[in-house]
Amino acid sequence: MRTTGGTGPVATTKPAPQETDETAGTRSSKDSEVTKPAPGNGPADARRFNPALLLTLLLLTAVMLQDTIRGALAAPVMQSWMTVFVAVMVQALPFLVLGVLLSAAIAVFVPPSFFARALPKHPALAVPVAGAAGAVLPGCECASVPVAGALVRRGVTPAAALAFLLSAPAINPIVLTATAVAFPGNPEMVLARFVASLLVACAMGWLWHRVGRTDWLRPPARSSYEGQGKGAEFWGSVRHDVMHAGGFLVVGAMAAATLKAVVPEDWLQAAAGNPLLSILALAALAVLLSICSEADAFVAASLTQFSLTARLTFLVVGPMIDLKLFAMQAGTFGRAFALRFAPATFALAVVVSALTGTVLL
Amino acid sequence: MNRLAQSALMFLLGATLLHAGTTDLYLRYVKSGLRPLVLLAGVVLIATAAATLWYERRGAPGHEHHEPRISWLLALPVLALILVAPPALGSYSASHTGTALTKPFGFPDLPGGDAPLRLGVADYAGRAVYDDGRSLHDRELKITGFVTLDRTGAPYLVRMGLNCCAADAQPVKIALTGDVPPVLAPDTWLEITGRYTPRRTKDPVNDGPIPYVEVTRARPVPTPHDPYDETWNT
Repeated sequence: MRTTGGTGPVATTKPAPQETDETAGTRSSKDSEVTKPAPGNGPADARRFNPALLLTLLLLTAVMLQDTIRGALAAPVMQSWMTVFVAVMVQALPFLVLGVLLSAAIAVFVPPSFFARALPKHPALAVPVAGAAGAVLPGCECASVPVAGALVRRGVTPAAALAFLLSAPAINPIVLTATAVAFPGNPEMVLARFVASLLVACAMGWLWHRVGRTDWLRPPARSSYEGQGKGAEFWGSVRHDVMHAGGFLVVGAMAAATLKAVVPEDWLQAAAGNPLLSILALAALAVLLSICSEADAFVAASLTQFSLTARLTFLVVGPMIDLKLFAMQAGTFGRAFALRFAPATFALAVVVSALTGTVLL
Repeated sequence: MNRLAQSALMFLLGATLLHAGTTDLYLRYVKSGLRPLVLLAGVVLIATAAATLWYERRGAPGHEHHEPRISWLLALPVLALILVAPPALGSYSASHTGTALTKPFGFPDLPGGDAPLRLGVADYAGRAVYDDGRSLHDRELKITGFVTLDRTGAPYLVRMGLNCCAADAQPVKIALTGDVPPVLAPDTWLEITGRYTPRRTKDPVNDGPIPYVEVTRARPVPTPHDPYDETWNT
């Protein structure tokens, strides 16, 4: 820690995430396959270094080197990277915390029998009901991931929970109002967004019901507070979700900031002329930028050189799959799930929004 | 990462959010409307840290549960906000992003009189481009924004518009002509006094329209309380 800290600020900030990323990956895959030896690894790690001590050392080193760090970060690219990174975190954390509170409340206070009664017995019918229920979660995509995780833990069929996961960030009233405000001349955009998003969410739910396998989905971790009273269970769930999803949110925010700072806008210009290419370009942009679904309509509105259908694709793809969401889904449902679910969602969202755009816009 | 370190990290994260929310720091990154949510998130994080410690003290033997190491990454936003507190987006991103001027809903009447008229960057640009400056003729105008130079060194006065957070911030640009100060450093905040001119140009990045303004006086001013323009889209 101290030796690397002495060589320069870049060494303290840069390699740490990659290292952590890789080790976290191997650890979590090991956890999901072998359940027994994994707990044994934990205490062994803890004996090698004390995390609280490590945190203190990290903070002290950073404070000692703060002038050097500031100097290295003074380059305009780095500054704009940092600003976007911090902005995504400050904007997403409140919604993540809200989602985590809601998911903890569902996991602790709502009995599983409630969902059994509220949703149709047959999964194929439960999917559209859950998809439409997404309209009542007033938040962006950061809130929907932990809530969908809690629904699966409470015994809701995964197909329905996934339909909810995809539809909630796109069709809630706040997002639709923002879309109406951003496109004052095209009210049909709101309808198109609602229809296309709901269609993709239900189609993905049904697809999961038909071909999905439960072993792709990481078995949701049992709360270690089980049987210790509601309070302990609630706060334990909040702590677990914040630490877990929060770590993955940081990965997503770093990726989004990198792309925002590095990708030049000129290449978009080239794609705007070709109808097919423009749809694919904006779909890719939606994934890379990872903008909050409450704000993406305004960005889409400013991409005036693109057709309405291409911009609809941007609005449908963005809330369903982007870098930040992919990282969080991998954290909540497991990597095997995210690697299959994300490309399928992307392809389906592009096709459905292109069709919806041709019919409605 | 054991529970002690987790609650320490959550406390730091919550305290950082409270710090950003109680000062003007948060305005560099998100819209002002998010303030209650930022403060609430800070309080909840600190409460979670306290609850974790409390239940840990009451003892949960045999329930040692370690979060994956990826949770350590949550230290990065804390460090970034406390140590560096990066500035609001400025000329670098403005020169890499095309002007986001869109046609306004309408053009409300401007206050009359002989006093210089205070206008926002986006308001001026919207009236100049989409209303042919009808309401601006023969008026002395005052506009505040920061300086951005394009690749050829031509100066623009820019204000970034914000809808949610800095990741979706987009610039609106006005090109400067007339009595422009000979040396302009990018990111300097200026209050210019000037007049409407019908001259226009295109943004080299996205071919968006950029109106000119005829500068008569330019005065450096401190960075405003809220560096972003949050009005132009609502």
